[in-house]
Amino acid sequence: MIRVALPAHLRVLAGVGGEVELQVTGPVTQRAVLDALEARYPALRGTLRDQRTGQRRAFVRFFGCEQDLSHEPPDAVLPGPITAGAEPLRIVGAMAGG
Amino acid sequence: MSGVRVLVGTRKGAFVLTSDEGRTRWDVAGPHFAGWEIYHVKGSPLDPSRLFASQSGGWFGQLIQRSDDGGASWSPVGNEFSYDGEAGTHQWYDGTPHPWEFTRVWHLEPSVHDPDTVYAGVEDAALFRSTDGAHSWQELAGLRRHGSGPSWQPGAGGMCLHTIVQDPSTADRLFVAISAAGVFRTDDGGGSWRPMNRGLRSEGIPDPDADVGHCVHRIALHPARPDVLFMQKHWDVMRSDDAGESWHEISGNLPTDFGFPIEVHPHDPDTVYVVPITSDAHHFPPDGKLRVYRSRVGGLEWEPLTRGLPQQDCYVNVLRDAMAVDSLDRCGVYFGTTGGQVYVSADEGDSWAPIVRDLPAVLSVEVQTLP
Repeated sequence: MIRVALPAHLRVLAGVGGEVELQVTGPVTQRAVLDALEARYPALRGTLRDQRTGQRRAFVRFFGCEQDLSHEPPDAVLPGPITAGAEPLRIVGAMAGG
Repeated sequence: MSGVRVLVGTRKGAFVLTSDEGRTRWDVAGPHFAGWEIYHVKGSPLDPSRLFASQSGGWFGQLIQRSDDGGASWSPVGNEFSYDGEAGTHQWYDGTPHPWEFTRVWHLEPSVHDPDTVYAGVEDAALFRSTDGAHSWQELAGLRRHGSGPSWQPGAGGMCLHTIVQDPSTADRLFVAISAAGVFRTDDGGGSWRPMNRGLRSEGIPDPDADVGHCVHRIALHPARPDVLFMQKHWDVMRSDDAGESWHEISGNLPTDFGFPIEVHPHDPDTVYVVPITSDAHHFPPDGKLRVYRSRVGGLEWEPLTRGLPQQDCYVNVLRDAMAVDSLDRCGVYFGTTGGQVYVSADEGDSWAPIVRDLPAVLSVEVQTLP
């Protein structure tokens, strides 16, 4: 199972209390994880990436294994600990404001 | 026993304020969608339990929420707002072409003719319609494509379609207002549109007869007299007696004719309310005194309404969607401020009291009159 940690606003929207666990078939890529996430929690559609283009929203970042994965190609396989379920893919709202 | 439900959108969530017809004791529920910007919440006039809310934020974009129990519970519905075909360009602040980009829904207008139909006014300016209760949205692209779209420019708040007014007597007629393009009307249900801005004069536009380029802040009509429209423009309070074909100024004795909201009394088509604001440079009331102005004669002659409102050191603003009237026998008037107050008058504006004082900045106020 793939673990995903959502930011607070999206946990409320999805109606979950903590990390979510997803079954991902095929290569575990950013796109495959987001597809599985949105399929399970349709309320999240459009909150992480544009519904038409699939482009990541500007203030949404992806982290995992102490790396910023936000700019990785969406079809690149995620780091081993994430694909193995040992580490979560962390979805973060970028820090903003003052 | 009848009562009212006031729907308040704020910078940090939505609130539902309810009272019986006395409008003196209030129940405050919320925040719903805490932490999100709620530009607008509005109920269906055909099914008052059905509410729609525009929920948005810079991080996670646009959501639309729907309630079928008067705001007690909510569910996200359709949030895909895709411009029809090639989006094209409008003018940017510097006059260069800029691609149309969806930012947010400013205003939701449930149909007065069909409970499953809802209109959404969005930034960058376009009109969308749902005919399945907000589960899916289609652009009424004839508005953007009628011809002047490439010359529309944003106001300081963005290029937003912020006002949608239905003619209750003619299902195919709609008015919309866009900052800073102006008023547009359709007579065929949204297929084709015409600018309706003759008579508007806007500083900085060299052509006094310009079809577009006018920063219209709000328009309103009385359902019994739908050819008479009232407008609060950036500067100037205006009136049309021919369904928007031409406009004339009715600012009269107002202390300033800058402002945002304008509302019409539910039982008297000649009674109109505005909230004068000092200027476009000073978005607060003149002299630190929060005053609603009422005309009983359709404009030109205005009286200040001050009882119960702060008359010193008040420097809040009242935004375009933040005023509403109920339809009880003695009509109630409501408005919210950027300082987080929502005021009610249960006597047509003669006296006022705060319902709440410390909400986040209020973006919108709507009211439902309940049986």
